[in-house]
This record gives sequence, structure tokens and C-alpha cells, in this order.
Amino acid sequence: MASIPLEVSLFLSGLLFSLGLLGVLVRRNILFILMSLEIMMNAAGLAFVAASSHWGVADGQVMFIFIVTVAAAEVSVGLALVLQLYRRIHTLDSDAVSVMRG
Amino acid sequence: MNTAFYIASAVAVFATAKVVTHTNPVHALLYFIVSLLAVALIFFCLGAQLAALFEVIIYAGAIMVLFVFMIMMLNLGTDTALREAQLFSPGIWIGPSVLSGLLLFELAVLFIQGEPQSASNAAMVSPKDVALSLFNTYFLGVELASMLLLAALVGGFHLGKRDQAEELPGEVK
Repeated sequence: MASIPLEVSLFLSGLLFSLGLLGVLVRRNILFILMSLEIMMNAAGLAFVAASSHWGVADGQVMFIFIVTVAAAEVSVGLALVLQLYRRIHTLDSDAVSVMRG
Repeated sequence: MNTAFYIASAVAVFATAKVVTHTNPVHALLYFIVSLLAVALIFFCLGAQLAALFEVIIYAGAIMVLFVFMIMMLNLGTDTALREAQLFSPGIWIGPSVLSGLLLFELAVLFIQGEPQSASNAAMVSPKDVALSLFNTYFLGVELASMLLLAALVGGFHLGKRDQAEELPGEVK
């Protein structure tokens, strides 16, 4: 059975990462920005797992577990920040908080 | 196995594009869950079962539930009853359910047609290898991850808590 070449997996990972990057650049709703960040992390994890499966070592999957951990931490803090933003100025537009006070 | 990989990757790219371009957060979240399930099937095709299970259980299960909680908590828009009624119209859930039905069909075909041992190329990493590598070589990383999760817990608690100061003005100020 022919195996899947590494280049295809890496291309798919790059495509997903580019879509996530496009979402971060284009969208202004902060929930969508967080979702796009998740897409990018997921794409990076896909690259790790593809490389791990290509060379038959376990390190890539270990890195994927770490990526999932980082994603969970980032989402919990980011969603708490979104909640604070909505409580204070009642919007989810990230352009509304582009100016610092001080 | 190869066709399964390519179909799943097409589903993943399509669902991710829908996430980025959709305007409604709940619908985008549905497509995002479909995209994560597709990536999990890709992991199965690559012979990484542990990563696939983590993708389903932690990513699509736990992290997406956090997003759903947040969207429900923010209660975006005042016409929520109208939106609830709108959720039952088939135009909204037909796209994600067609995509996830495709993934389910693929998974059923893969389970029926043969033994998973010869699924991928020889590079099949078992969960035992991952566990050995995780708790031997990367033990320091596990400890750092626990510190990170603790920091996220404290940070989320602190950021989400400061509610009384907003609701009781002039108390501490």
C-alpha cells in the first residue's frame, strides 16, 4: 500500500496555516481571531505529526501534546480577556481597543 | 487509505475556509469542529492514533466547549429567541452535517475494509512509544506544561473574576 508522501502533508499543513493567518489578518471580531489562532496551532501540530509519522519517531506526537496544552492555556486566558472586553465596552471589535491609555 | 487521506484533507480545507469567512460565530464553530474531526481522521491515516484521539477528545471536545460557553455567556444580540428558532432551519446545519457524514462514511469504510496495522507506511508510532518518550526524554517539558496550565488557571480566574468591582461602583475606589 502506497504511503502518503510527506510533502502532501506539509502542503496541507501550510494551507491550513495560511487560512488561519488570513483569518487573523482580515477578521476584526476577536472571537474569530481566537479561532484563527487555534487553526494555526492545529496546522503546526499537523506538521509535527506528519513528520513524526514519516520518520517513525514519537517526538512529533509529544510535541503535538505540548501544542494542545499551549492551545488550552491560550484559549482559557484569551476567552477571559474577551469576557472582560465585552463587560467593559460591550463590543467584540478588536479595533475598539487599539488605543492605550497612558 | 490514500483516498481517505485526500478526502479528509479536502474536507478540512473547505471547513477551515468556511470558518474564516463565516459571519455567525456559532456556525463558524460548527465548521471548526468539522475541520478538527477531519484533521483527526488525517492523523489516523498517518498512523498516529494517540494524536487523533487527543484531537477529538481535547480539541473538539474540551476547547470547543469553552468557545461555546463563551458565545452563550456573551449572549450576542438581543434577538436570541429568534436566533434559536433560526437554528432549526436546515440551511444552517446542512453543511456541517454533510461534511461530518462524509467523514463518518470514510471511517466506516476504513474500519470495514481491513486491519489497521497495515494502514499506513511502516512508520506507525504506538501510544506506548509516545508515553515512553514523553515521560523519559521530555519529562522537563511535562513539568513546564503543568506550570503553564497552572498559570493559565490563575490568569483565567483573575481575569474572569473582577466582576464585583464593576457592579458595585464607588465601593473600593
